[in-house]
Amino acid sequence: MSVAFLPGVLQTLPQNADYVRILPEIVLSVFGMIVMVLEPLLDEKTGQKILGLIALAGALAGLAATWFMAQVPGVAFWNMIRVDGFSVFFHVLVIAIAAVVILSSYEYMAVQRIRAGEYYALILFGTVGVALMSSAVELVLIFIALEISSISSYVLAGFRRHEAASAESSLKYFLLGSFATAFFLYGVALMFGATGSTNIDLIAQALRAGPIPLLAFVAVALMFVGLGFKVAAAPFHIWTPDVYEGAPAPIVGFMSTAPKAAAFAVLLRVVFVINVHAIFWVIWIAAALSMTLGNVSAFVQDNVKRLLAYSSIAHAGYVLVAFAAAPQLGTSAVMFYTAAYAAMNLGAFAVVTHFANAGERYVTLEDYEGLGRSSPLLAATLTIFLLSLIGIPMTGGFFAKFYVFSAAVKANLIWLTIIGVLNSGVGAYYYLRIIVMMYMRESRKEIPVTPTPLALRVALAVCLVATLYLGLFPGRVLQYAQDSAQQLVPQTSPGVTSSAKVHTATETF
Amino acid sequence: MKTDDLNSIILTLVTFAPLAGGLLLMLLPRRDRDIRIFALVISLLTFVLSLHLPVYFHRSHPGFQYEIDRQWVSTPNIHYHMGVDGISLWLVVLTTFLTPLCVLISWNSIHERVKEFFILLLILETALIGVFTSLDLFLFYFFWEATLIPMALLIGIFGHERKVYAAVKFFMYTMIGSVFMLAAILWLYAHTGSFDFVVIRDQIASGGVPSFPAAAQWLFLGFFLAFAVKVPLFPFHTWLPDAHVEAPTAGSVLLAGVLLKMGTYGLLRFNLGLFPEQARRNASWIMTLALIGIIYGALVAMVQPNMKKLIAYSSVSHLGFVVLGIFSFTQAGLNGAIFVMLAHGISTGGLFMLAGILHERRHTYEISEFGGLASRMPVYAASYLVIVLASAGLPLLNGFIGEFLVLSGAFQDKAVYGILGATGIIWSAVYLLWMYQRVFYGKVTHPVNNSLRDLSGFEKWAVWPCAAAALVMGVAPIMWLGAIDPAVRAALAPFAQVVGKVVGQ
Repeated sequence: MSVAFLPGVLQTLPQNADYVRILPEIVLSVFGMIVMVLEPLLDEKTGQKILGLIALAGALAGLAATWFMAQVPGVAFWNMIRVDGFSVFFHVLVIAIAAVVILSSYEYMAVQRIRAGEYYALILFGTVGVALMSSAVELVLIFIALEISSISSYVLAGFRRHEAASAESSLKYFLLGSFATAFFLYGVALMFGATGSTNIDLIAQALRAGPIPLLAFVAVALMFVGLGFKVAAAPFHIWTPDVYEGAPAPIVGFMSTAPKAAAFAVLLRVVFVINVHAIFWVIWIAAALSMTLGNVSAFVQDNVKRLLAYSSIAHAGYVLVAFAAAPQLGTSAVMFYTAAYAAMNLGAFAVVTHFANAGERYVTLEDYEGLGRSSPLLAATLTIFLLSLIGIPMTGGFFAKFYVFSAAVKANLIWLTIIGVLNSGVGAYYYLRIIVMMYMRESRKEIPVTPTPLALRVALAVCLVATLYLGLFPGRVLQYAQDSAQQLVPQTSPGVTSSAKVHTATETF
Repeated sequence: MKTDDLNSIILTLVTFAPLAGGLLLMLLPRRDRDIRIFALVISLLTFVLSLHLPVYFHRSHPGFQYEIDRQWVSTPNIHYHMGVDGISLWLVVLTTFLTPLCVLISWNSIHERVKEFFILLLILETALIGVFTSLDLFLFYFFWEATLIPMALLIGIFGHERKVYAAVKFFMYTMIGSVFMLAAILWLYAHTGSFDFVVIRDQIASGGVPSFPAAAQWLFLGFFLAFAVKVPLFPFHTWLPDAHVEAPTAGSVLLAGVLLKMGTYGLLRFNLGLFPEQARRNASWIMTLALIGIIYGALVAMVQPNMKKLIAYSSVSHLGFVVLGIFSFTQAGLNGAIFVMLAHGISTGGLFMLAGILHERRHTYEISEFGGLASRMPVYAASYLVIVLASAGLPLLNGFIGEFLVLSGAFQDKAVYGILGATGIIWSAVYLLWMYQRVFYGKVTHPVNNSLRDLSGFEKWAVWPCAAAALVMGVAPIMWLGAIDPAVRAALAPFAQVVGKVVGQ
């Protein structure tokens, strides 16, 4: 090595293992760049398909790279990155999401007559951002990762560029999103002011050392605002329906799962590692509001994309219930929930994508009338995803809700649990409306039924298998989540657990 | 295979045989005849398998039998724990008995989406059996919720005019009711570390559950609400008439015959089993609701112009008897309650089939559309008479035994309960016989009824087993009660007021 004569510097230089610890990000970026470079060289028609395949190969290579990354747990790059079970879990999740989204976009692009290779590149870059969010333990790096993923999503949201709605969606997402990330950054700055560090572990140490300064509370609250926007939790959810309605359907599938999962991962690190005490009630209120507002607003939606947007707000609320619960139980419940939600929601959006057809014409509830007859397989698949979203046994959604609520009950959050279970009961109604439309009404319109392309079938099969697997054999995933949650929490444990207990006890009065 | 080996897997076989059949059915080509035959074979096979349960049942043994207990999920600690005792044994057999009849009664009445219909029916059967055989609270909830989907789809796809409204109403009522039960189950798990019914019961009984006294009332109500909606107990009954009137015949049969029993079974198993003290404390208002249900249901049934609605409200009334018996905490009352569940399953199942047969011929349930049918459809009229009399509680038919036991239990508890409950029997005779008279006696008032066909072969095979069962159960109730009684006495043990044996052995 050329720097061998400088032992002092050597210590601070990144080791080889450091690069393995961000191998998935490197692989995804490289494939993204390959797509960008090849795009102008290929002719328009065949190029699309080739680029799609390259992007898919990139996502699969990213999954493989995650395996290598998992072999070298530890910190990298001057404690900015930590590879542990927790980050591996979210890496696998978000990269798998990207793969499924690429698969379900494969035919969509041709049908919508969108010709742009950078679409796939942006998905890969966005995935880099969300993957990095899950392994970053340094607030500034988290912010950068957040920006990488957000900027990709802003552009992707506007990809149906002939449609005014899509442009509106993109612009709205951009303006509000920048505003929200500014909040996050402000929180980071205040946290630095309060503790003199931007490293999560050092912050935790500093906060444990003495009484927590008011500034730190404000900082955590501001960070919560920024991340709450990303996960579409009420009252930071206003953007969701408009953006989801206008953005391309596969991208909505992506936006509603991957960045959300990553934002939840960051929230887990921030909230549980720094302290839950400060914002227990903030989370409590956000959870109750998200569930209730999401479900109530979804009741009256006629556009399926908007309906699923409100449903995603409600689901963010369920996840926040777990946040309000005790650290360890809550963490594994959040992890399981994001995985199950990703499987079922991506699946639902894949069906919506296919059914919407050119120009996304068929997205209202009425259009789904008689789908059970005209394409029984597609309808049956969507039904399973919807049942999972309701939380019916045998589906992943059931165990997801189950773990969340049992965590909440264990933490004695009885009222929040009651609000939650009531919501999940009432929320069944609007998912049921879609099923009713598909099976119990006769079609009144002529809607062309196009055969399901292979790529979409694969995407649906992956989601279906994941949904049913999590619903029938949840043990393994949950065990993994619990193990990695244990790695995450102990560094803070005594202080956090006791303060959480104090607060949860007060909630039950 | 030795009986011992079979004993440990028989419940799994009985529970999942219909599901396996349903999955196989998905692979069959859409030839309606083959599908019907296949569904019939599967449901008959399940019935034959389920007969193993009463045949090898140790009648004097009060605890759970044919138990199987394997871990399903490690965290949380969920077990695949199944078993039946005298309370659930016959409900399983009732389910497997009614399902082949449902297949037969739907043989010619379902023409469209035949495959889907029978797949849903078989899946529903699995879920229903699972509810009665689960001894793990989680597993129970799992099957409990799983009954919702096929039933709602059966109503919503194959029902009559207002089917969607009825299906959604049914789904939402039961769904919202049962989430409270979920919350209660979660609380129990959080404080006992187990979903196992037996473990939780013993732990509560020994006082080993932290902060249980404070929560017990809420837990009791959580379970109670889910079951009360299902029973349905007044005032949670409004979904029932809609669901029944709109459901296809087979759906009504299983709905009245088995689904409603899930509620009363749950009250008996969980509300009494887990919370004896709270059950005692809340008994008076629950019995009041049951009495209101008995009388109100009967009075409303009396004025119904629609035959199916009449039968639906008669269910509200009959299920009131069950709840009355359960919360009398007497041996007679509980024995009677379980017997009424079975008898009601048979007789009301039969009534719904008979109503469905008429609807198929005339496409209406209006009582005023008929009259004088006895002369045109003598076999049908005779079968109807047997079932109506069974339902009205004529001695030597099955309705009488159960109601008699329930009322004697209610009298032992408080005379006024018995007196008010007894009026229910009078009312039921009034509305059923009056309905029978208007439909079958007198002159044929509508010429169109002159040409009505009598029972066809399939219909006979669907209805007559019900009539036969009603008769056998009425003549030899000991065959059933002999297995029920030990379980009842065990269930009453915590109440420490077991009153003299009612059933000779």
